[in-house]
Amino acid sequence: MEEYTLLRQFADSWMLLLLFAFFVGIVIWVFRPGASKEYKDTANIPFRHQDKPATSEEARQ
Amino acid sequence: MSNYIKLIVLGLIAIFAAIGTNYARDLAYQVHAILVMVIAVGLFIWTLRNTDEPDILVDRSGEYMDGVIRYGVIATALWGVVGFLAGTFIAFQLAFPALNFEWAQGYMNFGRLRPLHTSAVIFAFGGNALIATSFYVVQRTSAARLWGGNLAWFVFWGYQLFIVLAATGYVLGGTQSKEYAEPEWYVDLWLTIVWVAYLAVYLGTVVKRKEPHIYVANWFYLAFIVTVAMLHLVNNMTIPVSIWGSKSVIVWSGVQDAMIQWWYGHNAVGFFLTAGFLGMMYYFIPKQADRPVFSYKLSIIHFWALIFLYIWAGPHHLHYTALPDWASTLGMVFSIILWMPSWGGMINGLMTLSGAWDKLRTDPVIRMMVISVGFYGMSTFEGPMMSIRAVNSLSHYTDWTIGHVHSGALGWNGMITFGALYFLVPVLWKRERLYSLQMVSWHFWLATIGIVLYAASMWVTGIMEGLMWREVDANGFLVNSFADTVAAKFPMYVVRALGGVLFVAGAVIMCYNLWMTVRKAPAKEASLTVAVPAE
Repeated sequence: MEEYTLLRQFADSWMLLLLFAFFVGIVIWVFRPGASKEYKDTANIPFRHQDKPATSEEARQ
Repeated sequence: MSNYIKLIVLGLIAIFAAIGTNYARDLAYQVHAILVMVIAVGLFIWTLRNTDEPDILVDRSGEYMDGVIRYGVIATALWGVVGFLAGTFIAFQLAFPALNFEWAQGYMNFGRLRPLHTSAVIFAFGGNALIATSFYVVQRTSAARLWGGNLAWFVFWGYQLFIVLAATGYVLGGTQSKEYAEPEWYVDLWLTIVWVAYLAVYLGTVVKRKEPHIYVANWFYLAFIVTVAMLHLVNNMTIPVSIWGSKSVIVWSGVQDAMIQWWYGHNAVGFFLTAGFLGMMYYFIPKQADRPVFSYKLSIIHFWALIFLYIWAGPHHLHYTALPDWASTLGMVFSIILWMPSWGGMINGLMTLSGAWDKLRTDPVIRMMVISVGFYGMSTFEGPMMSIRAVNSLSHYTDWTIGHVHSGALGWNGMITFGALYFLVPVLWKRERLYSLQMVSWHFWLATIGIVLYAASMWVTGIMEGLMWREVDANGFLVNSFADTVAAKFPMYVVRALGGVLFVAGAVIMCYNLWMTVRKAPAKEASLTVAVPAE
């Protein structure tokens, strides 16, 4: 099989499936239990550390 | 030690540029060689004077690196005015061809100035805004100082050099004639170096972040940096005819070249003008409204949907061409699916104000940000519609396209950038507030009315032009000649140019306001800055 046909067939089948599954996986992952609580904290990142970087002690690891 | 390496490199560059000046095959290359030589010699002397001086090491890890952002803010405002002025001038050139002065033919006619305008607004104004805001946002949301020390300064000045080389190149005829990718091979190589440094600074800062999570704005900025690098490399695969000349030949041929160009061109819109500016939206709107983004979940889905879909939309620029039907159908379908993430993002931005809508009445800066998201929604509705093949048969090659681009660029990119600048200047120069909110209101209304004049006149002239081109009489002959459409468009061209004048006037007011904020607005009390408790 020539290169173009081979790549085209791969793109139309497995790659398409992979990308689609990845996207659906993201959507499911976003709505996982406990996500809301975590995202509430993440969404507030812009309101911390406005003036200077965090020191190592206060790092939120 | 590192200074000796710098001196050797700068010396070699200066010598190479001097030889280039001598052997140059064309004017653009020669002028650029002189420019590079002068800059390299200047930097050589500067480095030499600082060599073997005692090192004064100051630990700055406890503060953000804001100097380079202040420069970026100034560059954004100045390049903005330059780009808007160039655009307004060429708008008048279209209405009144006598402005293509005889004495400036070959340098300042419409064909030479148009890429100067597009690059000035997209890459100089938009690019500087993106670099400056991304450096600001990545530091604040990572709670870490920029990585790489002075590398950020290299990114800033290297990018300015790229802009100067590109702009002077266009006027002198150094162009590879690819839309939004006009700079020739050596300018492309330079941009590649600068861009890799930009990616390193950005990623380095994200890696050493003190917040466990990477805030969504950084995802958008990172997608913009990585994708633009990929697009730039693939679309500029050229082989120079001579190392002493600006002319180069692209390795792609025929329809492949066209497809790659519009894969590049549309993703320049999708990742430079959309993803990057969405990064701005996701940081500055929550900050200015003083409330977190409406839905963080939606922002994650918005991100992945946007980057998965945008990359396929390019073929809609090539309807009814040698491009295979399946490819242009693919581009059209993906463009239409893009409605969903685009509007999802718009809703997320607008609804961030829910519960704080009263701020629209009191705060002209948030008004600017909100209208920018509104224009984002409008132009991302219009774009997919124009990508439908049947609509495109009417709209393609007409001024409708120009109107669409400008409602996106002036409305969405321009307004969100103005909003970000109004937010950043008091913070970066430690001022209590802006010099004048009334001037912000003036800017808001001048810019908005300017955009409305622009978009409305281009809808009228674009659709009129499309209808006139396809009008046939009973015998199947075309009714109108091309010159008939040009004559019919005159009044709309004047209205468009006046819209541009209003938009420039607004930007000049902004520059004055920001200047006076730095000069005259009351300084922020020191007690206020330290009162914020560390978490």
